[in-house]
Amino acid sequence: MKRRDYLKNMGLSSLGLAVFNPDEKAIENLESAKVPVKRPNGRTQEEAEMEARLQAEVFLNKHELDTITILSDIIIPADGKSGSASQSGVTAFIEFIVKDKPEFKTPMRGGLRWLDSESNKRFGKKFIEITAAQRINIVDDIAYPGTAPKHLSQGVSFFTLMRNLTATGFFSSKMGIADLEYKGNTPNQWNGVPDDVLKQYGLSYDA
Amino acid sequence: MINSSIYIQSQQEVFDVVIVGSGAGGGMAAHTLTKAGAKVCVLEAGQPFDPADPKDMTQLKWPYESLRRGASSSLRNFGDFDAAYGGWDIEGEPYTRKDGTKFDWFRSRMVGGRTNHWGRISLRFGPDDFKRKSIDGLGDDWPIGYDDVKPYYDKVDKMIGVFGTNEGLRNNPDGFFLPPPKPRLHELMIKKANKALGIPTYPSRMSMLTKPINNERGQCFYCGQCNRGCSAYADFSSSSVLIKPAAATGNLTMLPFAMAREVLTDPATGLATGVSYVHTGTMQEYTVKGKIVVLAASAGETARLLLNSKSSRFPNGLANSSGVVGKYLNDSTGASRSAIIPSLFNRKRYNEDGVGGMHIYTPWWLDNAKLDFPRGYHIEYGGGMGMPNYGFGWGIEGLNGRENFTRDGLKKAAGGYGATLKEDYRRFYGSYVSFAGRGEPVVREDNYCEIDPNVVDKYGIPVLRFNYKWSDYEVKQAKHMQETFEEIIHAMGGEPMGKKPGADSNYGLADPGRIIHEVGTARMGDNKNTSVLNSNCQAHDVKNLFVADAAPFVSQGDKNATWTILALSLRTSEYIIDQRKKGNL
Repeated sequence: MKRRDYLKNMGLSSLGLAVFNPDEKAIENLESAKVPVKRPNGRTQEEAEMEARLQAEVFLNKHELDTITILSDIIIPADGKSGSASQSGVTAFIEFIVKDKPEFKTPMRGGLRWLDSESNKRFGKKFIEITAAQRINIVDDIAYPGTAPKHLSQGVSFFTLMRNLTATGFFSSKMGIADLEYKGNTPNQWNGVPDDVLKQYGLSYDA
Repeated sequence: MINSSIYIQSQQEVFDVVIVGSGAGGGMAAHTLTKAGAKVCVLEAGQPFDPADPKDMTQLKWPYESLRRGASSSLRNFGDFDAAYGGWDIEGEPYTRKDGTKFDWFRSRMVGGRTNHWGRISLRFGPDDFKRKSIDGLGDDWPIGYDDVKPYYDKVDKMIGVFGTNEGLRNNPDGFFLPPPKPRLHELMIKKANKALGIPTYPSRMSMLTKPINNERGQCFYCGQCNRGCSAYADFSSSSVLIKPAAATGNLTMLPFAMAREVLTDPATGLATGVSYVHTGTMQEYTVKGKIVVLAASAGETARLLLNSKSSRFPNGLANSSGVVGKYLNDSTGASRSAIIPSLFNRKRYNEDGVGGMHIYTPWWLDNAKLDFPRGYHIEYGGGMGMPNYGFGWGIEGLNGRENFTRDGLKKAAGGYGATLKEDYRRFYGSYVSFAGRGEPVVREDNYCEIDPNVVDKYGIPVLRFNYKWSDYEVKQAKHMQETFEEIIHAMGGEPMGKKPGADSNYGLADPGRIIHEVGTARMGDNKNTSVLNSNCQAHDVKNLFVADAAPFVSQGDKNATWTILALSLRTSEYIIDQRKKGNL
């Protein structure tokens, strides 16, 4: 295949889900009785069916998702370089991933309930109803595993899970990848480490 | 609906050759035999796959095009974009283990099999790898040597394409190499550290086309995503590089969704007459007839098929008068460690995707006479500014509280939140390196797979039961790997991640099967009482039955198996052509 042909071919499909044609004939269902699920590009028929099931499932409720939005923005706020976790779509990512990885379901639901319970103890209201300063009062006690009060250890575990899911969701989003300045995922010619970088590290290709 | 006419029609024909499996071995056999003019039918249990077809293609997709941001799922165990349909557990296709032993079995259900996602590390076995018993008294020698296989390695290099360098190393032989990609930054740092430690480092040897070799396949464009399958066919997978041109000859009948049940034999002559299979979609049963049958279903599936092909003439399974089928199963040893390199914090950003995988590697370099274990391992290196996806930033609370890991060199409390945390992720990006050892175990008769007497899969085919244990040899080898990794990490000024794996975890030695290099279940040999196949991979008991995957391997080598599977399959295919011409088959 000529280079320009595969680049052309790739250009079309590298748009990924964006080129999914809703009118495209779904691939033949192996069992005719099954309700057809359209197969998007890059997915097998089995995957398309599994993802349709997961997307139809409702697990986290509105209050839980609102709390996740607030917490995720405390963990990754907007700054001069990029937006916040929720602006990058972290809430929707967490909504999906706890269904996809069911081992997160109870730690997430229970952790959110733990947070509301702690908030109630301290301020008589749920976490989303207290002030920004009051939220930080709680977060400061559960955000540092090495120094957190022992009796809040379950809160620390929950916050660690939230930090990990938030970071993974943010930095795998379009916004987060731009923030990290990842330059790849595009056809190119690798010619080695740039000269200024070699110089910075005192390395060379001749050694 | 599935077009079933091809399945019905193929029952009417008597093929010259029926091949079970379309991976490295089956693909090479199909390619060689169809080019020679033979009418060939290939049975593949999985579905069609073409990485250039937008329906199948995942190359150059972004993590946010995946609902799970590239995480693995039960249907793709190596991540949401990885080109391996199937995995460690396939619904309705169980396998079992005996007496609490461990073995994990990775299966890809697709045309091209496991070559679609493999690491493309393409290493020849060397002269010593065929003659280990003569060297250390353990295991067995192969009935053939490097000189018997060398011409076929040479042909495979030229036909498929592999980059690397000729270094004149005795047991890591030279080949016909395309230019290797230059090392990345962390690879130059590893090379420098290794030089100080006396550990050799060479350009890796992998099957990506850094230069075009024909008009059918493109050139590598350095996206680093070979495991997703290449839309330019610039890396080796059996589906793109062997099956596709085999189909173009017009001599190939490719039957996907065809799960082989048994090899059929003539009760009078004892010769193979074809293969029965079930269509995995319609559950219809079919048979396909052939003058010659080649099994290339993977070491595990080939043994399963032989053992399940029982008849009054072959009560212990086909080609198993020796009782050796399923025995001498062995997988590479594997252990790994990762580290963070503080001098790489806040590094300058540029595209260093490169080829999919490492640009440098370390072949085995030590003398076992001075060590407390036999056999060696090679080291694979990872790292760099890869595409962030699911898992990025996970566990930062174990990192950002360390001494000198902050921007101003001060210590801060681990974990945290907010602007300074966000800054930590940026600082650490691209400063990880990883080390993986892949070594040779000592083959044992009592590591085996057999038919589980009680369990069948959803097609009613009896399943494999594994029995596998590592010995002290492999555990000591893993210990040595861990010590080497730490030496390199410290020489780089790095900090190892996590606790050093100790005796309680066999020094991080991966469970059997996890390295996905299983070989040896129908080994070749000159003695028909202690081997299944002769030195041409022809069954001692059934002269028109051949094996063309890793089942014939007598031992593993501290190399990856694929290049040797390809060379042996080519050699066996040429033997078949020769014997047909002479009228012996």
